[in-house]
Formats: sequence, C-alpha cells, structure tokens
Amino acid sequence: MSQATQDTAIRTGRVTRTLIYLVLLLFGLFYLLPLYVMLVNSVKPLEEITGGGMMNLPQVFTIEPWLKAWSSAQIGVDPTGLKPYFWNSIKMVVPAVIVSTILGALNGYVLTKWRFKYDTILFGLMLFACFIPFQIVLIPMARMLGIIGLAGTTWGLALVHVVYGIGFTTLYFRNYYAVFPTELIRAAQIDGAGFFQIFWRILLPSSGPIAVVSIIWQFTNIWNDFLFGASFADANSQPMTVALNNLVQSSTGVKEYNVHFAGAILAAMPTLLVYIVAGRYFVRGLMAGSVKG
Amino acid sequence: MAASADADFKTRLQNWIPKLVLSPSLAMMLVFVYGFILFSVYLSFTDSRILPSFGWVGWENYDKLWRLSHWETSLINMGIFASLYIVICTCIGLGLAIFLDQKIRGEGLLRPIYLYPMALSFIVTGTAWKWFLDPGIGLENVMHTWGWTSFEFDWIKNRDYAIYTVVLAAVWQTSGFVMAMFLAGLRGIDNEILRAAQMDGASNWNLYRRIIIPQLRPAFLSAFVILSHLAIKTFDLVIALTGGGPGRATELPATFMYSYTFTRNQMGIGAASATIMLMTIAAIMIPYLYAELREKR
Amino acid sequence: MRKFLKTKSLFVAGLLCTTSLAHAEDVEVLHWWTSGGEAAALNVLKDDLSGQGIGWTDMPVAGGGGEQAMTVLRARVTAGNAPTAVQALGFDILDWADQGALADLNEVAAQEGWDDVVPDALKAFAKHDGKWVSAPVNVHSTNWVWANKAVLDANGIAQPTNWDEFVAAVEALKAAGVTPIAHGGQAWQDATVFDAVAMSTLGPDGYKAAFIDLDEETLGGDAMKEAFDRMAFIRDNVDENFSGRDWNLATAMVINGEAGFQMMGDWAKGEFLNAGKVPGEDFLCFRFPGTQDQVTFNADQFMMFDQGGTVSAEQAALASAILSPSFQIAFNKVKGSVPARTDVDGSDLDACGQQGMKDLAAAASSGNLFGSMAHGHAAPASVKNAVYDVVTAHFNGEYGSEDAVTELVDAVSIAK
Repeated sequence: MSQATQDTAIRTGRVTRTLIYLVLLLFGLFYLLPLYVMLVNSVKPLEEITGGGMMNLPQVFTIEPWLKAWSSAQIGVDPTGLKPYFWNSIKMVVPAVIVSTILGALNGYVLTKWRFKYDTILFGLMLFACFIPFQIVLIPMARMLGIIGLAGTTWGLALVHVVYGIGFTTLYFRNYYAVFPTELIRAAQIDGAGFFQIFWRILLPSSGPIAVVSIIWQFTNIWNDFLFGASFADANSQPMTVALNNLVQSSTGVKEYNVHFAGAILAAMPTLLVYIVAGRYFVRGLMAGSVKG
Repeated sequence: MAASADADFKTRLQNWIPKLVLSPSLAMMLVFVYGFILFSVYLSFTDSRILPSFGWVGWENYDKLWRLSHWETSLINMGIFASLYIVICTCIGLGLAIFLDQKIRGEGLLRPIYLYPMALSFIVTGTAWKWFLDPGIGLENVMHTWGWTSFEFDWIKNRDYAIYTVVLAAVWQTSGFVMAMFLAGLRGIDNEILRAAQMDGASNWNLYRRIIIPQLRPAFLSAFVILSHLAIKTFDLVIALTGGGPGRATELPATFMYSYTFTRNQMGIGAASATIMLMTIAAIMIPYLYAELREKR
Repeated sequence: MRKFLKTKSLFVAGLLCTTSLAHAEDVEVLHWWTSGGEAAALNVLKDDLSGQGIGWTDMPVAGGGGEQAMTVLRARVTAGNAPTAVQALGFDILDWADQGALADLNEVAAQEGWDDVVPDALKAFAKHDGKWVSAPVNVHSTNWVWANKAVLDANGIAQPTNWDEFVAAVEALKAAGVTPIAHGGQAWQDATVFDAVAMSTLGPDGYKAAFIDLDEETLGGDAMKEAFDRMAFIRDNVDENFSGRDWNLATAMVINGEAGFQMMGDWAKGEFLNAGKVPGEDFLCFRFPGTQDQVTFNADQFMMFDQGGTVSAEQAALASAILSPSFQIAFNKVKGSVPARTDVDGSDLDACGQQGMKDLAAAASSGNLFGSMAHGHAAPASVKNAVYDVVTAHFNGEYGSEDAVTELVDAVSIAK
C-alpha cells in the first residue's frame, strides 16, 4: 500500500482502450450536463429563457445576472445580493470544520492505538449516529441551544455541525490510523513519550492526506447545509444557502431563472474550488487508508 | 517510594487520558443523537401537534400512520430508491474507477468533472434537472427539434416512473464520489500479486474478479456507509425535483416525516414515522456494522 | 383536552420567559416575501418605522409558501428566541395563540378602530378569545380565472358564467387546438382549482359544511363526487406536461396565448402586468363560473410574539403601520391582493384590483366570504394537507371520483 503507484499492472488492447475512452467521455458529458444548463441560462436575458429553448446557447450574452445575484438581488427587504451572507457562511464553516476534524483525529487515535474494552461498540455508536435523519433533531436541538445560550448565533450553528460531523471524521481517521504501524507507538511509549506527545510527533505529521479528506467532506456538507442554517441562525448569522433559497424560492413573484442559476453557481464556488484544487489530494488521501475498513 | 507513587499516578493518568479525550465526543453523541432519538420516540406516543406536548396517547399515532396510504407509498419508494441508488452508484463508481485506472490520459481533467456534482447543493441543481427532464423543454424537446420525433422521455411526469428520475439525479450527484473511493482502493493494490497472477496466464476478467475486487472490500464498506446515509437523508432532492409529485408518487420517508412534523402540525405522527424509520435503519445497519467491525479484532 | 392545553401553555410560557430582550429597540421580522415586488412593499413598512426611530432586523426565510418559515419559527420559539413579528396565515395564527405565545394588541386596535374596518371573516383569524393577536396585511382571493382575451375572442367565446358555459368554452378551445386550461400539477395548485370547483358545485352552504365544519355527510356526499368528476374534466383539458410545473409558468402559457384559462389566486395578476399586459384589453379576470357572488380568501398577517407579558411599543408601532391606509394601498398594488380594511380608497388599483375590492366588500356584507381550504383558511394544516393528498391523487389518476370521496372522508377523519 505504501508503494502505491499511479500505474496498474493490467494491460489492455487497442479496441478495449478506445471503448474505455468512449465510456469515460460519455460519463463526463453526463456529469457536465446540468452545469451546462445552469451556465448557459445564467448568461441569457430572462425573456430568452421564458421564451423556451433552455438548452440553446444564448443569442444575447449578458453578465448582468451574475452581478445581480452577487450584489443587488433581493434577498429580503434589502437588495443586498448574496455578498453579505458569504461571510456568515465562512464564519460558521471554518471553526466547525477545524474542530470536528481535530476531534475526529483524536477519537480515531484513541480508538485504534489506545484500545480498551468496548471501544468497538463505542465506535459503532458513533458510526450509527451518522444515520440519524436531521429532521427529527430540529426541535430538541433548538431547545438545547436555547438552554446553553447559543440560539441564533454563528457559534451555535458551528456547534451543531461539529456534533453531527464527528461520526464521519472519526470514521475517516480511525480507518486511517488503523493501518498505521502500532510498533512505532509502542516504541515511543517505551521511550517515555506521553499520549499527546505521540499524537503530536508521530501521528499528526503523517495525517496530511486523511485530514484533506476529512476537511473536504466536512466543508462540503456544512457549506451546503440548509436545514440547520435556516432553523438555528437569526438575522445576523444566516448562511449563504439560506440566502440562495430566499433568492430562488420567492413565493408569488416573478422568477428570474438566470439570476437563480448565477446565484447557485456563486454559492457553490467555494466548494467547487475546494474540489478542483484539492481534488488530487482527495483521491490520494482516500487512497492512503480511509477506505481500509 | 515517592517516585514510584508518582510513576504510578502517571501511568494511571496515561490510562485515563485516552478516555478523557474521547469523552466530550461521546457525551455530545449521547445527548445530541441518542438522547434526541429517545425524545423523538417518546413524542410518538404523545398528542404533540404544533410543539412538543406531553399528553400520552399510546399507539394512536402509529395506528393513524398505518392507515395513511402515502406512508406506504413512501416506504415502497424508499425501498426502490435506496436499493437502485446504492447498487447503481456502486456499479458506476467501480466501473469508472477501473477504467480510469488504465493509465488514462486526461485523468486529471476527468476526475474533477466526475467529482464536482458532490460540491453543489440541490436547492438549484434540482431546478436544472427538473428542466432537463421536463418533456416540454428538456431532453425530449431537444431530440424532437433535432428531428428524432418519436423520442419519448416523460418519466418525471409519470406516476409510475417519476421515482426513477429521482434515482437518476441522485446517482449523478454521488457516483463520482464513489468512483474516487474505489479509485483510491485500486491504487492501493499491490501490483506484484497481479504480475504474478498474469505470469500464470490469468485473464484481465479473472484478475478483477478473483484478485482485485475482493481486495476492495474496505472500499465497499465505506461506499455502502456513505451511500446508505445519503439515501436515508435524501430530502432536498425530492423537494427540488418533484416536490413529492406527481400526486404523492415520489414521497420518501424523510419528506413524509418533515411534512407531518412541520407543515401539517401533526408532530406525533411525524415522530412515529421517524421512529419506524430509525428502527428500520438499525435493523439493516447494526448486523452489517457488527459483522464488519468484529472481523477486525 | 383542556388539561393538555394547559400543559402546552406552560411549556411555551417557560420558553418565553427565557426570551431575550436584546432587540428591544428593533423589530425582528420573520417573513417569506423575498421577490422584488414584495420586498419593495415591505420597504414601505420599514421606512415608516425608521421614521419613528425603530430599526428593522430582517429575517427572510422563503420556501413552500411559508412552510419553511413556520419550521424556523418553531425552532426559534423552542429556543426561547422568538422574533418580534412573524408573517403568518390563517390557522397558524390561531395555533400559536392557543399556545399562549402571542401578544395582546387590543390597545392599539381600539385606538385605531380596527374592529369597524376589518371584515368579520378576517377577524376570525386575527383575533383569539376576543384579543387581537395579529395585524392583517391583505386579502387574496383564490377563486379567480385568468384568461387570454385574444384567444377567447378568436374562438368566439364569451366570459363563461356557469359550469356548462365553461365546459362549452373549453371544448371550443380544444377543437381549435389551443390548450384549454393552463395548470401546474403541484398539490397546492390542484387544491386551488378544487376550491373553486367545489364552491361552484356544492354552493356556499355545502362548501362551508364540507371544509369549514368538516361534516362527514357533505364530504362523502353526491355533490362532492360531482365536484371530483368536474376535476377529472379539468384534468382531461390540461396539457400533457402539467405535472410539477410552477404556477407562474402556467400563467405564462396564458400570457403567450398557448392556453385559454388559468384558475389561480390574484397573485397571478403580477405576471400579466409584468409582461406589459392590460387588464380588460389583453387579459380578463373573472370569478370561477358559478362563484360570481362568493369570495374564497386567504390573508397574510403579521402576528406579534409576546415579549414578556405586554405588547411592546415597537410592536404596537409596527401593527399600526401595517393597518395604515397608505401602506395597505401601496402594498396591495404590488402584491395583486386587496387591502384588509374595507374603508380605503381603491382608485389607485387597476381594474382587476378594483373589481376584487368590490367583490370582497359585497361578499363580506352578504355572508359569502369564506376562508380558502387550499390556502389554510378553512381548516387546520393537518386537514388541509389531508385534502391535498386526496385531490392531488385523484387529479393524477390514482383513483376515480367514487374512491376519492371515500378517501376524502377517511383522510379528514385521520387528520382531525
């Protein structure tokens, strides 16, 4: 595993290869299709869209919807665009991702290198927690946040995301650390290194790849979350998805589809960027052990 | 003497630290997940409507729940949706990963294309899919304008087929992600074994069937966990794509539960449906997790 | 039952005690009016308040005609962090009032004489136990038909005044190759049409018995079956792609002359006006055939949450601003609805708006003003959605009219 290479030993013939390329390209098209619909329609004037032909290229090209979605579209009473909500999202996502990743790493470390009775059961409990449908926790969670005084704050929102993210980060780190040679840990212990020293000096430096996986996963999920953002934020902490939803879901007004699509792409920009920039490391991180049960 | 007492204390501390480190996560889990589950189960036996209320009504909510025909519809839909979604995603993911693992040129370009749907939220990609699937303006219309007038694709408007369009959009979103997991697994396989097998004259088909795919077992576990969790939580997608329609034909337990708890002010019935759903998940997941985790010992 | 209510009220009272008064100077308003026109109208309110030195903290949550906002509201109240004022519809207001969560507005109501200018049918939702708990903004009426005049003229169709004329008009359009009825197949739209059809088939007394009093005999009666048969006729005369379509796209079909009629609430007017169409010249608005004298309505209101015992000065100011004639006119001009008070001068409104005001006043005085079932003003949310289930299932051909009637009785009894 440590000598994983880009190459496989499988050899294929010319016809097979052509077929493989064809299939890969077809799937590429399949994945790109909705993005195409969104992009093409985000640069058309509204009349062109409502006039039909959603798959056509724009006859009149306009950047207006993008500007509008970002800075002047009606989100609530004020025509602020999505801009101010961007920072609300960042303020929520960054602490939540960092904390849940650190907790996941520590949990994974304990569950694999400091094993105790029933640790597998504990892990099972954490894993099963990933499956809880979020709709059922809304009301009790709201009450909890009220009791601890975090209702309607960015911190409260971050806390919720940490709570429901730990299961996954623990899963990732546990599987990664499970294949890490335990002999190294024992040797360090004999040398007198403590719990945190071992973690800090030995495990952490080689945790890069799995940290990337955990961060990408958490970042995407938290950034795209709508239910918690809508329910637990108040006027000053509403995240981007709630603003996007307000933009898109106007009840009885005219639907500006071009602005909606532009807004959707804008709202997805950070996650798209994360995937494109860190995508390479992502597969590498998964490869480095997260898929080992 | 003092030194040994000190050392004793230190080892004891060392024994406790791991548990201390684990305890905050565990406490959160117990309160925010298992505590809330118990609360929800309790609510399912009460007369809660708009807010939690604590008048005990016994099995009444369950009784009502099973009299609702679209609760049954939503359970059947869940069965169709979850099994198709998990199987298709796994197949496509594995297939693409195997293909992409053949020293493909442009892999660096294709990979992010396969992965990006995971980064988008369904609040709006749902609209794009809805348009695309709509026979009046989407694919069918495009085919007609291209001259293929007998082309028909109106699943989203058809009560019996609409659930499959939900599967299609869901597969679009996650199959790339599953591909990445399998690709990582494939890249981790030791090539020496493969070479040895090739020397013995094994065909590619046999290599994959006998050696490679069995080694991907951990990747299958991760994929299954992630896919089933996504299947259970599928909510935004249905709301954006079909709104549960035509009629109530694409209602899923998650949308059912949400609608009874929050829009119909029948929190008791909503909680009852949540309880049944959780028990179903537990019945499937616990044996699976037990088998997978026990083997590690 | 009484005991349950008591425990409920205690639960909420406990929550409200923890309500923070941090925003004592501002009003925090939870609403779902996020489209350009609606927001512009709310801005009138905001400016009015800032003139009095009261700040406006905006909390928009759009989606599902307020469903999303109601979910958020529940989380906020449970957390002990209720907003000052919340946009709400019909039975939701009464439900919250039942929980003892709303502030008493009687003082400001008495000062400004709301009791005299707001129709009784509306007061049924704005007052609870003799106390004003919310401020009505507008009255939408839902039994409108919108028609493309050019299409009707071209086929020699006059405005239909009863069901038979409507059937004839539809057949004529179908023969001419025009889609007779533009419709979006979403549960609430199906139900909106059903509202009007049921009113016309059952008559006002039958409508009241079935959807307001939830009388099982009427719900399961022959007239109800007839109403479902008429729904089936409408189903046969919509285009093939109706399922899942947004209402505004259906309106666009009428605007573009692809379809003849659309049954939709008065908010559809905005789409026509935005497309530069003139009422009476390019498009017609009239009551659903057979319901000329009746108005089925839904009304947007702002309910005021109790902020610790009494109504706060800001809430009183907000409520009085909402009921002021100038805001009522300014807002309803953009929203398509008509003012909630019947004493304002409507000459600023367009022809359809003026017609609407006249119909509302007439219906209110003759006892023909009824809450719309489809829009949560006839029965509580649970019953409303149960009716949705049956109407939409029948409309999509899951079962015939005979079964639909049986299902309806059953569904309502479960939801009651």
